[in-house]
Amino acid sequence: MAHILAPGTTAPDFTLPVTPDQSLSLRDLRGQPVVLAFYPADWSPVCGDQMALYNEIHPEFQKYKAEVVGISVDGVWCHAAFAHDRHLHFPLLADFEPKGAVAKAYGVYREKEGVCERALFVIDEEGVIFWSYCSPIAVNPGADGILEALENLKEKRQNHGQLESSRRAG
Amino acid sequence: MANLKVPVALADHILGEKDAAVTLVEYGDYECPHCGHAHPIVNAVRKHFGEQLRFVFRNFPLTEIHPHAEAAAEAAEFAGAQGHFWEMHDGIFENQPRLNGRLLAELAAGLGLSSEDLTAALEGHEYLPRIKSDFLGGVRSGVNGTPTFFINGVRYDGAPEFEELVEAIDEQLSGGKIRRRRAG
Repeated sequence: MAHILAPGTTAPDFTLPVTPDQSLSLRDLRGQPVVLAFYPADWSPVCGDQMALYNEIHPEFQKYKAEVVGISVDGVWCHAAFAHDRHLHFPLLADFEPKGAVAKAYGVYREKEGVCERALFVIDEEGVIFWSYCSPIAVNPGADGILEALENLKEKRQNHGQLESSRRAG
Repeated sequence: MANLKVPVALADHILGEKDAAVTLVEYGDYECPHCGHAHPIVNAVRKHFGEQLRFVFRNFPLTEIHPHAEAAAEAAEFAGAQGHFWEMHDGIFENQPRLNGRLLAELAAGLGLSSEDLTAALEGHEYLPRIKSDFLGGVRSGVNGTPTFFINGVRYDGAPEFEELVEAIDEQLSGGKIRRRRAG
């Protein structure tokens, strides 16, 4: 069985469709933290599903200059309708063809059901996985883990910056 | 396991006694149908446990999908500032299918509250900072949709139904008894 990629691993690059005529590559987002949120499917029948929740919290993610990206195996037209209905302010990527290839590369594909796990990754400015988490499929993981990881990443950068400047000063 | 990061404080909307054995915290949205469904269930659970249970309601409006949720939360806080939080809270949930500005004004009038003051509070977003603070505390605590319940500070991931909630609270109560016996 595949395992979710662990912190310290270079995040596998990918290019996926984000709208019917646009695509997005992970490398395009270098230089800022990236939150990759894999989820099983658009249109889950609950209020405040995972994507709607991240949408509400979007301003908090922006405080960390983090780019949030949702990924499922749904196609671009499905994503477009879902994003429109829920007024989503961040892109949804279609891991549609070959189906689940990106989820497989990250170790978060459920072969039996043919969908992504509910898995979260925070990727640092250099494209290295800083934090990852796979939630039980029925449990929406919320956003506390992501925000904590972004906070820790920011602190790490600040400490590193201080170290660099003190080195330069010395 | 998600834990409540913001402890229950005096400023919270609380039903029940401070020394109750179990505290049930709900993060809810007045326009969320699942919260509307949970409202009478919470009341039944409160009745079932009586003084053993303390209930706290905090705001978690999902404004992108529920256009009236924020105004409803603001109206409840407005009523709360004048000592009528729970009446407004119940009134909104009981009339959820027709939630809009008119309903909020009607409910406020029914409580003898000034409709001009309500309009001013809603337009000036007087109570929005408190609602945002509830919301962000919820996010940090792992609220993952509405309603989200915490039982003695631990997120409850079961169904928001009477029997399931009672069972989870019973577990807390029996745990407490064992601890007390040991202490004695």
